[in-house]
Amino acid sequence: MRWIWIDKFEEFKSKESAVSLKNVTLAEEHIHDHFPGFPMMPECLIIEAMAQTAGILVGEAKNFKEKVVLAKISKAVFFDFVRPGDQIRFHTKMESIAPEAASTTGKVTRGDKTIAEIDLMFSHIDQNLGGKQFPKENFVFTDMFMSLLQGFINKPAAETK
Amino acid sequence: MAMDRDQVFEKVQEVLVDALGVDEEEVSEKATLMGDLGAESIDFLDIVFRLEKAFAIKIPREELFPAEALMGNPDYVNNGKLTASGMAMLKEKMPHTDLSNFEKDPDINKIGDLFTVASIVNYVQSKV
Repeated sequence: MRWIWIDKFEEFKSKESAVSLKNVTLAEEHIHDHFPGFPMMPECLIIEAMAQTAGILVGEAKNFKEKVVLAKISKAVFFDFVRPGDQIRFHTKMESIAPEAASTTGKVTRGDKTIAEIDLMFSHIDQNLGGKQFPKENFVFTDMFMSLLQGFINKPAAETK
Repeated sequence: MAMDRDQVFEKVQEVLVDALGVDEEEVSEKATLMGDLGAESIDFLDIVFRLEKAFAIKIPREELFPAEALMGNPDYVNNGKLTASGMAMLKEKMPHTDLSNFEKDPDINKIGDLFTVASIVNYVQSKV
């Protein structure tokens, strides 16, 4: 299993907004235990999927040079369950971005129905935590995530020769 | 149009309720952000972002919460206390905050208590 909770991007407006999509399936093993007889996507993973969508939007804004980590769940409200067979979309908007951090708002939808509202804050960790040293390579934006953006953006500057 | 202090306070209150998940009654003028309202470092940035939006102002980095920058400098901090020059710098950077109590015992662990709701209201009022 890979730690990736969105299947693809549908829209990507640099520094503004993005929409990603996930198909939820019974092939995801954890769903069988959550819960036996009533499989549903755990809400914490719905937040993680939104964090991946919004985190990539935040990372791209600085050309993937910053290490972007989820720092705060400002809001997470759920209105319905997400069940196997559902196709859900993660709509996210950049609210603010500064050298040290960024904030986003977001909505999870299934068709026209709003499933959740999730607002997040991300930290650019190299700019925070009192000058603490982190590994040089960007361990946040690995190839696994970058492949999601194929067709939406050019390769990040850091990778082009 | 200039806003009066009550109007600024009401909006600041709203910002803090949203940013920190606290009840409106908890956000009194005297409440300290860290001690009373449970703010952590990332919350300070969240508050800055929200204030910028709510009041359509620009808050330069560290202008509202400058104390963190002082903490790492040995000229300003000695043995867990703010030095005289550190205190002078803090006064210069935080004109909108009442430092008289802190001056009696400038323990850096108490620096979090300096950020009160009133100090935010004062700061914002100087900007709008």
